[in-house]
Amino acid sequence: MTTEVNQGSRDHKDVKRLDRVIIRFAGDSGDGMQLTGDRFTSETASLGNDLSTLPNFPAEIRAPAGTLPGVSSFQVHFADHDILTPGDAPNVLVAMNPAALKANVGDLPRGAEIIVNTDEFSSRALAKVGYAENPLENDSLDGYRVHRVPLTTLTVEALKAYELTRKEAGRSKNMFALGLLSWMYHRPTENTEAFLRAKFAKRPEIAEANITAFRAGWNFGETTEDFAVSYEVAPAVSAFPAGTYRNISGNLALAYGLVAAGQLSELPLFLGSYPITPASDVLHELSKHKNFGVRTFQAEDEIAGIGAALGAAFGGALGVTTTSGPGVALKSETIGLAVSLELPLLIIDIQRGGPSTGLPTKTEQADLLQAMYGRNGEAPVPIVAPATPGECFTATLEAVRIALTYRTPVFLLSDGYLANGSEPWRVPEQSELPDLRTRFTTAPNHTLADGSEVFWPYKRDEETLARPWAVPGTPGLEHRIGGIEKQDGTGNISYDPANHEHMVRVRQAKVDGVTVPDVEVDDPSGEARVLVLGWGSTYGPITAAVRRVRRDGGKVAQTHVRSLNPLPANLGEVLRSYDRVLLPEMNLGQLATMLRARYLVDVRSLTQVTGLPFKAEQLASAFKEALDDVH
Amino acid sequence: MSTEAPFQPRTPLALIPTADKPQTAKDFKSDQEVRWCPGCGDYAVLAAVQGFLPELGLARENITFVSGIGCSSRFPYYMNTYGMHSIHGRAPAIATGLAAARRDLSVWVVTGDGDALSIGGNHLIHALRRNVNLKILLFNNRIYGLTKGQYSPTSETGKVTKSTPMGSLETPFNPVSLALGAEASFVARTVDSDRKHLTGVLRAAAEHHGSALVEIYQNCNIFNDGAFEVLKDKKQAQEAVIRLEHGEPIRFGLPAEDGLGDKGVVRDRESGELRVIDVATEGTDDILVHNAHAATPTTAFALSRLADPQTLHRTPIGVLRSVPRPTYEDQMADQLEHAVERRGKGDLAALLAGGDTWTVAG
Repeated sequence: MTTEVNQGSRDHKDVKRLDRVIIRFAGDSGDGMQLTGDRFTSETASLGNDLSTLPNFPAEIRAPAGTLPGVSSFQVHFADHDILTPGDAPNVLVAMNPAALKANVGDLPRGAEIIVNTDEFSSRALAKVGYAENPLENDSLDGYRVHRVPLTTLTVEALKAYELTRKEAGRSKNMFALGLLSWMYHRPTENTEAFLRAKFAKRPEIAEANITAFRAGWNFGETTEDFAVSYEVAPAVSAFPAGTYRNISGNLALAYGLVAAGQLSELPLFLGSYPITPASDVLHELSKHKNFGVRTFQAEDEIAGIGAALGAAFGGALGVTTTSGPGVALKSETIGLAVSLELPLLIIDIQRGGPSTGLPTKTEQADLLQAMYGRNGEAPVPIVAPATPGECFTATLEAVRIALTYRTPVFLLSDGYLANGSEPWRVPEQSELPDLRTRFTTAPNHTLADGSEVFWPYKRDEETLARPWAVPGTPGLEHRIGGIEKQDGTGNISYDPANHEHMVRVRQAKVDGVTVPDVEVDDPSGEARVLVLGWGSTYGPITAAVRRVRRDGGKVAQTHVRSLNPLPANLGEVLRSYDRVLLPEMNLGQLATMLRARYLVDVRSLTQVTGLPFKAEQLASAFKEALDDVH
Repeated sequence: MSTEAPFQPRTPLALIPTADKPQTAKDFKSDQEVRWCPGCGDYAVLAAVQGFLPELGLARENITFVSGIGCSSRFPYYMNTYGMHSIHGRAPAIATGLAAARRDLSVWVVTGDGDALSIGGNHLIHALRRNVNLKILLFNNRIYGLTKGQYSPTSETGKVTKSTPMGSLETPFNPVSLALGAEASFVARTVDSDRKHLTGVLRAAAEHHGSALVEIYQNCNIFNDGAFEVLKDKKQAQEAVIRLEHGEPIRFGLPAEDGLGDKGVVRDRESGELRVIDVATEGTDDILVHNAHAATPTTAFALSRLADPQTLHRTPIGVLRSVPRPTYEDQMADQLEHAVERRGKGDLAALLAGGDTWTVAG
């Protein structure tokens, strides 16, 4: 909240204008905080603010009620200008219980507003999270502006007319809170009411109860003395190029990218997948789009998920499998088979905290080396990584382009932060979308010495080194492929040493030869000696931090890698032209290891593995330190 | 599936294009040299498959063989059809994707007892449960051949092998029982050396619209020679083999006065179990008539349990179960059609724009 301008009053109350706000909704995992945050975000998007979100929830569906591990939160940052992250520190915390307060209060700057549900602050609930005394009754919150609201009581009161038990009525308290926040920030309400009617279409009385609670929350803000001021954040008009916009999460953008890729390639899309957090939403979304000819197969395990996708690809479909790190581990052998078969296949890894089960609902970038090297034998696979939720759409199209052009499995590395986070996204025009059509081979491609025409499944395209894709059902091209080493050209089994050497090198050369765009370097001063490099979802925090450094006069260059394999052709030259290269990663330095090995450049890692994205402030300090060091 | 309109299976093979001229076994032989050990039972199965496929009259290019890893899994290389030699145990999963994406293909899976029942057990049972239109040929030689002689999940308890010098500790799977328990709609068993029976069973499997599991007892003459001798030796086989024919009384053994076997299978009134009787002492009145199309797999399962897992004595062969059930891929295709009927063909621009959009003017 950097500027506050008094805008006069709305009825009897003051209205202030802000340029940006960060709100965090926090409650028990059963309190509906994700839904509340989603709705507030949708209202915010439709108002035209720029925004960025950070859902943060436990892996358990219903962790023990009222405990710290059971706290679920949703942070939304919205502004009248271009923003890049969900924000470091909330200006407003909505705490539905003592656990939510305790788990989040440490992140608040002094002066932040806290709205607490006082109904949940019983001595038992306080004791459960280790509060010796009630923080609402001592001086521990003195630095904050605390609104003590009996949210449950007010909700139950508002729903008196409905035939609901106190417990049932109390469940709508999240909608009461949403109504209150909607009043405070002048959010439109029509969409939320329409949403509730649609969500509870089969139980209209529940829909009406929720709408009543929502309106009661709005009216509470309007009437009570405790909330004297409301705030406006104007649409971020100048931040966006002209176009039609919507709010989109990474997983939704990714699913749409897949549907679009099927249409643009004119191939039937086949998804083989096994449910896993945080990738399941892609399976759910695609299963809704059967009218696009999309086939979704929920397999018996991760291996069958990719196996079925590969089988479908053999049959001429656009085969895709979606998973997270533990699933990639299980799929490794089949990815190797796909490398050997040289069939197009897309492997989507929505990374989460590891190793093993790790942190299923938290983010991390620690599968890079698994994607790069995690197979037996020399099994190179191209890797594409989107930088923002919206970019998950275009990155998917790019991954499909590579898979189809080069007849190879391709990794798409997203992560939990991109998957669940959302931002405004400019809906692309049909004319902006790439042509992904490919050709099946339908006739013999080789003439033998005796003049007979035959089909050689491993006779390669000279430019791309891709082999022909001839699908079952094509007369005269019957052939057999498999995971045993094969003779280049004929595809017949071959244990010949020289042929194996040749095939290993040609598969590597094919992936090395994938054309990817050069990296672009952003250095407004043209004098920077320090380069900050990133990949994947760290783009937002890195860019925000770079802006802060520059605002304070620091000269820093920035670049972001979207193709991890092969690396962009100009990357080595770019790295060598700076005195210091910094690489923030949510792992222990995996890309740094690759770059050091490849370019012999002293890339300095900045690493964090908390399961949460970097904070811009923290990166900005690290960048400034490096600037001081170099000078 | 409502009770008023019982499920009608599609005409078997109806979706698969037919060949435009008659084919012979030679058309199905690839140019690759067959590399199984001399005397291997796999040769007999290969010859039987190449011999009977022309009868189906399907376009050769629409037939695909998918295999896993093991001796039998080299099978696709020898067939002049489309084929994939994949990885250990995963052939049913890969074939599921292929069949689900391409209903115009006749998809065959070739697998062994280790491939299908050990490393790939999960995929096998789920393919059967889903009733994917796959013909699964399970070559059971009760041993690991390609890795040179370890016990397999169908080896008898106590089996002495390289990895079990003091004998295997494990109870073997009965693949037919397993498949019946996995909701398979077609389950059969046959023997490599009986070309006529083998061909008959393969034909029945090919004509079944849905997943078909065919267990083929196959002799590994290097690592488990004679494993099925009791079923092959003419004299022993009379007592050991129960030949099942749909609609025929279940009789076996030496010829009785009526020309059929002197033994029969009846259901014990008290226990409900199946039991073998002497026709001479107990008559033929209670002898079960084999019904491969029975609604439940209960009796087929009971029949499969008559075999002694150690000696294979009283092993039923033939089609144990063959019932119509909607296939996975037909239902999947139906859902796609219904989605288009209900919502129209997908419109990408409308999908991307979604419901809540706003416009920024330039």
